[in-house]
Amino acid sequence: MKQSVFLGTLAATTLFAGVALAQGTSTLETVKARGELNCGVNTGLVGFAAPDASGNWQGFDVALCKAVAGAIFGDASKVVYIPTTSSDRFEQLTSGKIDFLIRNTTWTFSRDTDLKMDFVGVNYYDGQGFMVRKDLGVSSAKELNGATICIQTGTTTELNLADYFKANNMTYTAVPIETNAEGEQQYLAGACDAYTTDASGLAATRAAFADPENHIILPEIISKEPLGPAVRHGDSAWGDVIRWTMNALIAAEEFGITSANIDELATSSQNPEVQRLLGTSGELGKMIGLEADWAKNAIKASGNYGEIFAATIGESTPIGLARGLNAQWTQGGLLYTPPFR
Amino acid sequence: MAVVTEEPKAGFRLGMLIYDTRYRSITIQIVVLFLVMLGAAWLIDNLLRNLAALGRGIDFGFLWNRAGYDINQTLVEYTNDSTHARATLVGLLNTLLIAFLGCVAATVLGVIAGVLRLSKNWVVARLMTVYVEIFRNIPLLLWILMIYTVFTEALPAPNAFRGENPAASMALFDTVAFTNRYTAIPWLVFDRSLGWLQLGPIWLNLDFTAIIVALVGGFLINRAILKRATRIQEATGVRPTTWWQSLLALFGPIIVLKFALGTHFDYPSLQGFNFTGGLQVSNSLVALWLALTLYTAAFIAEIVRAGINAISRGQSEAAFALGLRPGRTMSLIILPQAMRVIIPPLISQYLNLTKNSSLAIAVGYMDLRGTLGGITLNQTGRGLEAMLLLMLIYLIISLTISSAMNVYNQSVKLKER
Repeated sequence: MKQSVFLGTLAATTLFAGVALAQGTSTLETVKARGELNCGVNTGLVGFAAPDASGNWQGFDVALCKAVAGAIFGDASKVVYIPTTSSDRFEQLTSGKIDFLIRNTTWTFSRDTDLKMDFVGVNYYDGQGFMVRKDLGVSSAKELNGATICIQTGTTTELNLADYFKANNMTYTAVPIETNAEGEQQYLAGACDAYTTDASGLAATRAAFADPENHIILPEIISKEPLGPAVRHGDSAWGDVIRWTMNALIAAEEFGITSANIDELATSSQNPEVQRLLGTSGELGKMIGLEADWAKNAIKASGNYGEIFAATIGESTPIGLARGLNAQWTQGGLLYTPPFR
Repeated sequence: MAVVTEEPKAGFRLGMLIYDTRYRSITIQIVVLFLVMLGAAWLIDNLLRNLAALGRGIDFGFLWNRAGYDINQTLVEYTNDSTHARATLVGLLNTLLIAFLGCVAATVLGVIAGVLRLSKNWVVARLMTVYVEIFRNIPLLLWILMIYTVFTEALPAPNAFRGENPAASMALFDTVAFTNRYTAIPWLVFDRSLGWLQLGPIWLNLDFTAIIVALVGGFLINRAILKRATRIQEATGVRPTTWWQSLLALFGPIIVLKFALGTHFDYPSLQGFNFTGGLQVSNSLVALWLALTLYTAAFIAEIVRAGINAISRGQSEAAFALGLRPGRTMSLIILPQAMRVIIPPLISQYLNLTKNSSLAIAVGYMDLRGTLGGITLNQTGRGLEAMLLLMLIYLIISLTISSAMNVYNQSVKLKER
C-alpha cells in the first residue's frame, strides 16, 4: 500500500515538477523566443473555434488568437491552436502548455481567484439557454419539469442548471457529457429532451445540424456568462498584451477602423487617439513591450471586433447571432474600451 | 567430527558494513531505501514549493463545501445542497454497485463459457472460442461505447410511447419500458414503510433490510430443519415429514412482511417528458455493466479453462469409473479441485473489473471518477487533492476485495498436513 501511494505521488509530483519549469520567465519573452503563440481553443465549436474543410482553424475565438499573434509577431499565422476540453482547459493553462485560454470560458469569481487565473476582459457577453426539438411543444424553460437534459460536465452551466430548476421547484435528470460533439449526438438521438449550454454555443451547435429549422432555442437565459480570454495569475505584462489587443479590436470598431481602410487611416487620420492606436504617434507599443504598429497588425489580422463578429457568428452566418449585448456602448451594448492614452 | 566454528571475538568495526558479507546486504538495502526516500522527499518538496508558488497549497477543505450539482443516479439521499464529500460517497456507492454487479455476472458467464469451451460439441466449443477471442482482443472502452450507442440509437425515446398509436409499446404485459435513456421497471413500494436508519454517513433502508433478513433467516431455518430431519433419520431410520415446515420457514416471514409493510408494485407510466413510477435503470448503467461483464468474463473463461485443464485426466476417469455422469463429474470432482488454480488469477480479474469501471465517464455514469474526479474536480479546481483522494479510495477498494478473496482462497486451497 505504501508503495502504491508512493508511486502515485511520484507520478503526480513529476507532473507538477514539469509545470514549474515552464514558468520561469515572463510569458511574453517565452512566446517571442518560441516564435509561435500557443492558443488554447475549443475542441470544435463552429463559429467560435473549429477547423474548416481545409483544416484551418476559423472562428470568433480564433480571430483573437490571430490578432494577438499579429500584435506580437506582425504575422497572424504564427499560431499553434491547441484544442482543450471543458475539463482540462485550466490544467492546460496553469501547466504552461498554452499561453492563453480563449475557449468560451466564463469569468467567475472562483476561477479568477481560487484557480489562480486572470481574466483579462470579456469578448462575448453570453448567457445559458436551452435548445429543444420543435415537435416537443415546449415554448418556455419553465415547462421543462421532469425533462432529461444533456449538459457538458465541468462547466458553470452545470451549477446554473441545478440552481434554476431548484428556484423554479422543478426536477430534471442530467445526462453528463464530455464534449459538444457527444452532446450533439445524444441530443439528436433523443437521449435527452433538451440540450443546455451558452446560448451562443447552442446557436453554433444548431447551425451544424442537418435540420436546424426543427430545433428552437428557448427564450429564457438563466445566467450571466461573460466569456473571455484568461491568462495565468501573476504575469500582468502578458495579461496586458491580451487585454489591450482585444481592446484595440473593440476600439477600432468604435473609431471606424476596418481592415479595408486601416492603412489609409494610419497615415491620414487626424484623430489623435486613432494615431496613438495605430502607432503613428505616441509610444504605446513600447509601453506594452511590442512594436509601434502592434495594434495595426492586430486589427489587420481579421479586422475589427465588428468585422470579426459579422464574419464568424453574425446574422449573415449560419449561426446567426444578433449583436445584442455585444454591441458598442454607443449602440446600446456593453462594449466599452478604456481610452488609448 | 564436530567442527566448532567460533564467532570472531574482534569488536565491530565500521568497515565491516561493506566488507563483511553478514552486513553488506543490509547496508546496501538501507542505502538504497535512503536514496529512494530522498528522491521522494525531493519530489514532494518540489511539488509543495511549486504549489505554494502558485498560491495553492494542498487543502481538503473543499470536501465540506456545498456541491451545487445534481447526480442522475443516487443510492443514498443527495441533493445539490449536499457537500462534495456526500457527492463522493454517492459516486463511491455507484462504483461499488457496478463493481458488484459486474463481478457476479462476469463470474457466472465466465465459468459457463470456460466450461463450454472445453465441450466435446464442436459448435459449442468453437462458438465460445469466438466469443472469448472477440471480447478479449478489443479494447473495453470501445465495447462500452458501442453498447451504449446501440442503446441510444436503436431504442425508442420515451415520447415514442405517447399517443393513440404509439410507435413503441411497453414489454411484458405493459410493465417494462425499454427507452433510449433508461429501462423503466416495476418496483416495490411500501405503504407502511419502516423508514431509514442512519449509521454514520450511510442511510440504511429498513424495508429492504427486513426483506433480506427474512429471506436469509428463512433459508437458515430451513437448513436447520433439514439437518434435524437427517439426524433423526440416521438415529431412527424414519425421516420425519418436513415439507410444510420448510415451506413455512422459507415463505412465512416474507408473506408476513408483505402484509405488514403493505408492499405492492409500482408500475412505470409515461408522464410529461419521462416515465414516472417504478424504477428507472439508466442505460449508462446497463451498458457499462454489460460491457464490463462480457469483457471480464472472456478472461475468466480462460482462467476457468486453464484451471480445469490443470486437473489430471485420471480424476475424471476415476469419476467415470465410479459411474458419475459428466455433469456431476464436473461439479463434484473437477471444479472443486480446479478452484485452487482458478481463484488467484480470478482476484486479479475482480480488481481489473473494479478499476475498469472508472471508464464509466465515457457514458456519463456517475461513479467515483465522475463525481469526485469529474465534476467536483472541475468545479473546485482542486485537481491534485481530488486525484490523491481518488487513488486512495480505489486502493482501499482493491485491497479490500483482494483480502476478502484471499480469505476465500485459504479455504479452498489444497490443505497440506
